[in-house]
Amino acid sequence: MAFVTANWNPLGEAFYRKIELYEMGWNLKDGLRECLVAAAPYGGPIALLKEPQRRSPSVRPQLEIYSSSGVAMASFPWKSGVVKQLGWTVCDDLLCIQEDGTVLIYDLFGNFKRHFSMGNEVGQSQVVEAKVFHSPYGTGVAIVTGASRFTLATNIDDLKLRRLPEVPGLQGAPTCWAVLTQDRQSKVLVATGADLFILDYTSPPGLSPQATSIVHMCVSFSYKYLALFTDSGHLWMGTANLKEKLSEVETKVRNPPKQMAWCRRPKSQQPSVVIMWDGHILVAGECKNTISYHLEGVSILVPELDGVRIINGTHHELLQEVPASCEEIFKIASMAPGALLLEAHKEYEKESQKADEYLREIKEQNLLGEAVKQCVEAAGHELEAETQKTLLRAASFGKCFLSNFPPEPFVSMCRDLRVLNAVRDYTVGIPLTHTQFKQMTVQVLIDRLVYRKLYPLAIEICRYLKTPEYQGVSRVLKHWACCKVQQKEEADEVIARAISLKLGEAAGISYSEIATKAYECGRTELAIKLLEFEPRSGEQVPLLLKMKRSQLALSKAIESGDTDLVYTVVTYLKNEMNRGDFFMTLRNQPVALSLYRQAQIGHLQSAVDEYNKAKNEFAAKATEEEMRLLRFQKKLEEEKGESLVGFSLHDTIRTLLAVGLHKHAEQLYKDFRVPDKRYWWLKLTALAEKEDWEEIEKFAKSKKSPIGYLPFVEICVKHHNKYEAKKYVSRVTPEQKVKAHLAVGDLEGAADAAIERRNDGEISTVLSRCSPSTDRALVERLNRAKATAAKK
Amino acid sequence: MAAHLSYGRVNLNILREAARKELREFLDKCAGSKAIVWDEYLTGPFGLIAQYSLLKEHEVEKMFTLKGGRVPPADVKNIIFFVRPRLELMDIIAENVMSEDKLQPPREFHILFVPRRSLLCEQRLKEQGVLNSFTNIDEYILDLIPYDGDLLSMESESAFRECYLENDQTSLYHTAKGLMTLQALYGTIPQIFGKGECARHVANMMLRMKREFAGSQNQILPVFDTLLLLDRNVDLLTPLATQLTYEGLIDEIYGITNGYVKLPPEKFAQKKPGEGGKDLPTEPKKLQLNSAEELYAEIRDKNFNAVGAALSKKAKIISAAFEERHNAKTVGEIKQFVSQLPHMQAARNSLANHTSIAELIKDITSEFSSFSLLSLSHFLNYFCQVLPFSSRVTSEVFFDNLTVEQEFMTGVDTDKVNTYIEDCISRKDPLIKILRLVCMQSVCNNGLKQKVLDHYKREILQTYGYEHILTLNNLEKVGLLKPQTTTRNNYPTIRKTLKLWMEDANEQNPNDISYVYSGYAPLSVRLTQLLARPGWRSIEEVLKMLPGPHFEERQQLPTGLHKKRQQGENRTTLVFFLGGVTYAEIAALRFLSQMEDGGTEYVIATTKLINGTSWIKSLMDRPEAQIS
Repeated sequence: MAFVTANWNPLGEAFYRKIELYEMGWNLKDGLRECLVAAAPYGGPIALLKEPQRRSPSVRPQLEIYSSSGVAMASFPWKSGVVKQLGWTVCDDLLCIQEDGTVLIYDLFGNFKRHFSMGNEVGQSQVVEAKVFHSPYGTGVAIVTGASRFTLATNIDDLKLRRLPEVPGLQGAPTCWAVLTQDRQSKVLVATGADLFILDYTSPPGLSPQATSIVHMCVSFSYKYLALFTDSGHLWMGTANLKEKLSEVETKVRNPPKQMAWCRRPKSQQPSVVIMWDGHILVAGECKNTISYHLEGVSILVPELDGVRIINGTHHELLQEVPASCEEIFKIASMAPGALLLEAHKEYEKESQKADEYLREIKEQNLLGEAVKQCVEAAGHELEAETQKTLLRAASFGKCFLSNFPPEPFVSMCRDLRVLNAVRDYTVGIPLTHTQFKQMTVQVLIDRLVYRKLYPLAIEICRYLKTPEYQGVSRVLKHWACCKVQQKEEADEVIARAISLKLGEAAGISYSEIATKAYECGRTELAIKLLEFEPRSGEQVPLLLKMKRSQLALSKAIESGDTDLVYTVVTYLKNEMNRGDFFMTLRNQPVALSLYRQAQIGHLQSAVDEYNKAKNEFAAKATEEEMRLLRFQKKLEEEKGESLVGFSLHDTIRTLLAVGLHKHAEQLYKDFRVPDKRYWWLKLTALAEKEDWEEIEKFAKSKKSPIGYLPFVEICVKHHNKYEAKKYVSRVTPEQKVKAHLAVGDLEGAADAAIERRNDGEISTVLSRCSPSTDRALVERLNRAKATAAKK
Repeated sequence: MAAHLSYGRVNLNILREAARKELREFLDKCAGSKAIVWDEYLTGPFGLIAQYSLLKEHEVEKMFTLKGGRVPPADVKNIIFFVRPRLELMDIIAENVMSEDKLQPPREFHILFVPRRSLLCEQRLKEQGVLNSFTNIDEYILDLIPYDGDLLSMESESAFRECYLENDQTSLYHTAKGLMTLQALYGTIPQIFGKGECARHVANMMLRMKREFAGSQNQILPVFDTLLLLDRNVDLLTPLATQLTYEGLIDEIYGITNGYVKLPPEKFAQKKPGEGGKDLPTEPKKLQLNSAEELYAEIRDKNFNAVGAALSKKAKIISAAFEERHNAKTVGEIKQFVSQLPHMQAARNSLANHTSIAELIKDITSEFSSFSLLSLSHFLNYFCQVLPFSSRVTSEVFFDNLTVEQEFMTGVDTDKVNTYIEDCISRKDPLIKILRLVCMQSVCNNGLKQKVLDHYKREILQTYGYEHILTLNNLEKVGLLKPQTTTRNNYPTIRKTLKLWMEDANEQNPNDISYVYSGYAPLSVRLTQLLARPGWRSIEEVLKMLPGPHFEERQQLPTGLHKKRQQGENRTTLVFFLGGVTYAEIAALRFLSQMEDGGTEYVIATTKLINGTSWIKSLMDRPEAQIS
């Protein structure tokens, strides 16, 4: 396969290759001449601003946005101020940095999003140069003004401007500068003459003495390395912290370069810097020799994680170090296991027995696993579908001879490549390499596709990669729907139906987000229709309130059962509505009403209770009685000085009896129609407490007791007066006799009563209370009675 | 510490661990030393999740009880309030924050709402002008707390009151959330059955929440086969009846809170010869009650009449074990004996404790005679010893009370004014006792005749004070007390169809759940039992007589998670009592789990563990003033 290596160039130990990605779809008259160009990394979009320096106020430059393959995405005349620099954010928004320090943000389709300023002091001195940079914190902007002052914003989404200290002894604009991100901080590195400034004065170790001025510099994609170009034509390469020098190459070109970019990959063998002048580029690495390419027309370099893209008026190419696995396999006369496996497979296809020889050779060295791995890896690095296939077939062939080779790397590589080939397609125009794809993750790729409104492709990819619905298909559909609601020409009905039809079965869709979008576009009715599909009330309610659909919000909140949500609505309503409407609204929602009542603690409660009482005859009567009692208590308090108010009727009577006010007690008993039984109990207890035995006896004889006489016995015993108790035993009903006798401790009497009644249970009870030693005769009698009782 | 949680059919320790993890995460959010200010009500439930040691590991140095004024001085960086979302507590917190000593180094304030943050509370803090003083306002979602190996409780005291009286469904929302958490840990429950308005509501919310979470599908093999949601108001009768299991009686008499019981100390005094009766401890004895204690696990669900036999059997085994030492001849044998000593001593202590508790209960419950009604005679046979007189009076009261309860439950004279109740009112017995009985009569008669009801109400108001009209009102609202609207009393039909009364309940070796109430089989548990076999279709008629709808829902399982049941493997059902459950009901369900041919094992969840007293108390107006 000699043709694979045809475009390889050696550089030191490594090879470099330049691959054509696209023939650009755009049609530019003058190529990239006199254009401001910005191309986003990871195969992102390209922005062009033609002739930014206006010749006359009437001529407006044109701002154009293209995909990486040169397919037009937007184009509009530039109406704002003079643009100094274009750049892309990490989420594919376009930044246009103007001379006056204003930064305008546009989306991929040229829609204006917002703007911010890099500080007021920029105004007079104007921006001389600006740079857009990326860090783990987002996208940042750095500018230098005509007064040579630097201002820096690390994250444009959380704008904090930092004015950097002045550079000592700097006259006029600095020759060159770069932004570094180190130790979680963004710093500007400035060259003046042969010196570099960060925060401290420093000079790179081992810079050629011939050099008197650093004229260009560039930082690697990872901010780890720095390259400097001097007026003597030397290229210095080292670490960004300036602690270490990697190499220095003499280019023999003294012109300052147009652009420089690091060209390295993770685990690079020969990291290099690409230097561009008009008409040619040079690749310089650690070794002394260099590679030189001729360039057609004006070009720009786009540094990537694993190479440099070169874009000119007609073509789009990728320059990169040949990945190790590709080199192993395709290098001429390579004996690497991957190369042998590829050879074996080729022979196998030709049905030649040589296949077996090659295979045996690999297997003898026990390297078949390694060979398969190399082929799979190399396939990932190739852009040609045919080459990918060849390599994967070889890998698959080799796998057959391995017993427990894990299938995942092979399978996932096949899947990844299919996705990559799809997005690299000319119509999509995202020329991602496998390394970049892995770094970027599928999530982000899907986001980018969604951002480009390539919904069907995004969904296909999600389905193909089996991304969980929630993060995959559902998310894409949601974005689609958000875009759909902005189509003003279609009727609410149509859109709502279209959305519900498509989103119907997808899980975890947030309809409220879509509805919010619709509301923002002024389509309230559509928003309400969409909200109906939202399963989470917590999401529905705030938007409904925002749209002033309070009734609906309230019923949705109640439906959810989340009382806190109901409170939210109620509180909102109370502030928004007048009192009458507020209560009218609540009246129809009993749950809300009761919650509101609780919140008001008691205020309304008492009123409601009044209402309840009024409706309830019994309660009304009881209240009346209570008032009557109160009057009585007050009167008596005044007359007798007994404190009674607050006592229940029961306790009032009891107190009266206790202090001997029998007549008054009697009066209450009659007035309040206290049942006889209760009154008897009450009087009995009250008298016993006073130990007024005489009165009790009188009371017992006053008429037939409605509560019987056992209570008399028991209460006397309770107050330790067995003598009095015995007086009432004879009057107790036969059923309670045993109990009464036992209460006063009269075992014999109890035994007599029990035997007389021939009740087995009662006899046993008495027995259980007898002690066998002292009451032997009684026990015998009882046992005999028990026996006769049992016989019957 | 919580090993007993993992021994059940379902390892509930997973839930506890999840809760602990979340607590640790919150504590670590507040960097530096901290002091916790507790809403006192929360300390009990939290004790079931984390001991002080866990808090200490996360730099909690001091703990205070939430009260007005200033937070006591403590040299800590953070003050964290652990509170329920209650408005009155917000006012106290505001007072605390505002009276903070300005001269001291500033302390950071945080609030942890349990079980959920509430907008209303935050609003109140804002009104008080202190909302911005808090660095963290967070919620600690403590819905279902593992209580024992087969028992979960939300420990939400007022759930029944809120749902049925105040029409506030917050606790139902928490229930549904709690069940979602449970499903996240133990898999989607494929079948949901329910009876009652609240049950319907909870099921609806669950299904709704499931749709909300759609997309993040749960890939856990389901542990529970069925969920049964039961409204407490489907069975108002059971909690009113006096529980007659060991654990139930402990709760009835002394009250079990958050797994602990406080007992009068006299019986626990260490009896050492020569010391006589002096130095009796005065502090109540606090004991933890759960299945971690082997003996307790064995006897707690027995009818109290069977406890004595179990204890004496255990005593024999233990003393036999101690006797073993005489047989230990060789060094090896002695060593083995000694190694078992700690376990044996623990068993002996446990035995001593429970013998004391049983004696305490016996003093109160045991009757001297056998004026027994129905199966009560069994109940009294065991402890027929001569008792001191005072306890005989209390035991008589207990017995009379029980007799009336059983009369009501069997439908004797439920339509007339009951003389025993009248007598109790006349004697001004504790109001809650009266209310329990009157409510029970009302429930067993499907409402009382207006005349009877008014008579009781008048008696109660005249005796205990007119202010109780609000309490009576509350009881009417929740249906515990009601006038008869139809002439037909359907309770007897329900009783007969569901076999709620078993004449020959065997307390020693039970063969039916009715043993837990010595005759009465709790309706709720009967419904559960019938659901498992033969299914509710057989009792449609009766279900219609009980309040609220009954329903069945199915939740789709992702393919591959359908359980393949082994031959003879039991089903697992989670029974959720909305509004509370009694220990006797739990005992009955455990009995069903253990039945050899039962085929179903039960895990029980509830909003709160209740008994008739605590339940009625929760419904009283101004409940704190009524503790009698």
